Amino acid sequence: MAPEQTGRESGTPEVKRGLARMLKGGVIMDVVSADQARIAEEAGAVAVMALERVPADIRAAGGVARMAPVTRIKEIMAAVTIPVMAKCRIGHFVEARIEEALGVDYVDESEVLTPADETHHIDKNAFTVPFVCGARNLGEALRRIAEGASMIRTKGEPGTGNIVEAVRHMRLIQGQIRSLASMDEGEWFVAAKEHAAPLDLVVEVAETGRLPVVNFAAGGIATPADAALMMQLGADGVFVGSGVFKSEKPEAFARAIVLGTTHYDDPDILARVTEELGTEEAMKGLDRLAAEELMQTRST
Amino acid sequence: MTRIHDLPRPGDPAVRESTPRTPAEIALAPTIGVLGVQGDVSEHAAALERAGARVVWVRRPADLDSVDGLVLPGGESTTLRRLLDFEGLLDAVRRRGEEGMPMFGTCAGAILLATEVAGAPVPHLSLVPMTVARNAYGRQRESFAADLAVEGLEGGPLHAVFIRAPVIEEVGEGVEILARERGDIVLAETDRALVATFHPELTADDRLHRRFLAKVRAASARR
Repeated sequence: MAPEQTGRESGTPEVKRGLARMLKGGVIMDVVSADQARIAEEAGAVAVMALERVPADIRAAGGVARMAPVTRIKEIMAAVTIPVMAKCRIGHFVEARIEEALGVDYVDESEVLTPADETHHIDKNAFTVPFVCGARNLGEALRRIAEGASMIRTKGEPGTGNIVEAVRHMRLIQGQIRSLASMDEGEWFVAAKEHAAPLDLVVEVAETGRLPVVNFAAGGIATPADAALMMQLGADGVFVGSGVFKSEKPEAFARAIVLGTTHYDDPDILARVTEELGTEEAMKGLDRLAAEELMQTRST
Repeated sequence: MTRIHDLPRPGDPAVRESTPRTPAEIALAPTIGVLGVQGDVSEHAAALERAGARVVWVRRPADLDSVDGLVLPGGESTTLRRLLDFEGLLDAVRRRGEEGMPMFGTCAGAILLATEVAGAPVPHLSLVPMTVARNAYGRQRESFAADLAVEGLEGGPLHAVFIRAPVIEEVGEGVEILARERGDIVLAETDRALVATFHPELTADDRLHRRFLAKVRAASARR
């Protein structure tokens, strides 16, 4: 018989970043109830995000958007066996501590909620629970990673069902990584200054040609084709917020978006999966927003 | 299909050391499939390439045609099951397993291989006689890393990352226990399969991938 071992390390970057790696190629779905969580799990979601309202309804409702009610988060955690994430307000480290105490598997420090601190994000290195944060460009992604984010998602524009901002952010980040990877070593210092990011992380990206953590796409994904587009642009997986439960047929859209994410480079499967949706409509969506209505520019 | 940004880069010392380069090395390298529908597929692909294999991503039944062995990666087992049910991939993988093709399952992959999953009415691939319990340690905050002493593995303790990990509660005939963590079975093998409840693909230590390749070579030699 093999001898036994003791010492365990938890909450290390390896353990926190590791869970995000297990979610790759998958779809993380926003849910506001235990029933929706079960629909998401049944459709093949890799995780659910517990919320009080999906982003489209947050826009419609107005007012201050906060973390979801604790009873709601607990109901959702009890309903499914896949990981449960929950959002907290940017800079609101007490909401994050509450979610950590509840045992949520990932905390999303999210621009979808009303920011609590317009200057400082949460010091995420101080937590055992891993965090995911939004980013619109490489510098923003690296600042969040320096603060301890174990996973990044491009911000897109939440609650719009419009993919254009997600595409803009993913193309920009991928392009900035490629540019960094092709630089002469002597150019890294100014690159760090221009990205307003720590030099060690800039060097790591330059040397490896990739972010040190997983990068999902978010903010505007409403169809299987949208999900496949983001995967082809280099996303490691996708978040779907309003796109599932604001569609005419959530079960069908959830399953189709999961299959579209897995088979993102197979046009025959994508055609079939999309055809199976028939004439069911995706969420209606918004094609334009005024600058003050944008969530992506909140605290960067 | 492996995306370019997931591949080990040419400058990586481990790649220079062991990736097959000469025509003879390439001809002799076994082809290993990694179930590529969801999970940490590229991490396994990189480890296998460092250990000297050619790698194919398996997402449709036809992708299995060219492979000598299959890795079932970490991921979400319920998601993997949904995706395996699409287009008959589950049956195709099970058939190859029953024909004796070696398989290596890590975490969710170990759950897929078990003949029994505690609390679940039916198992998935049902290829390795063992009972597995899902999320056995609790939620993510209970995830951890630990160094394991592994039976018959040269080179000292193995650093193992356990993420929302299962445990192997019981093993059946023909299954040898290779490592325990605080008493729980976390690594086991048969002549055709290797199962770990942790993630060797998340570390730079490729010893278990090399052990799996040895199984694949032995199985090919027997044919």
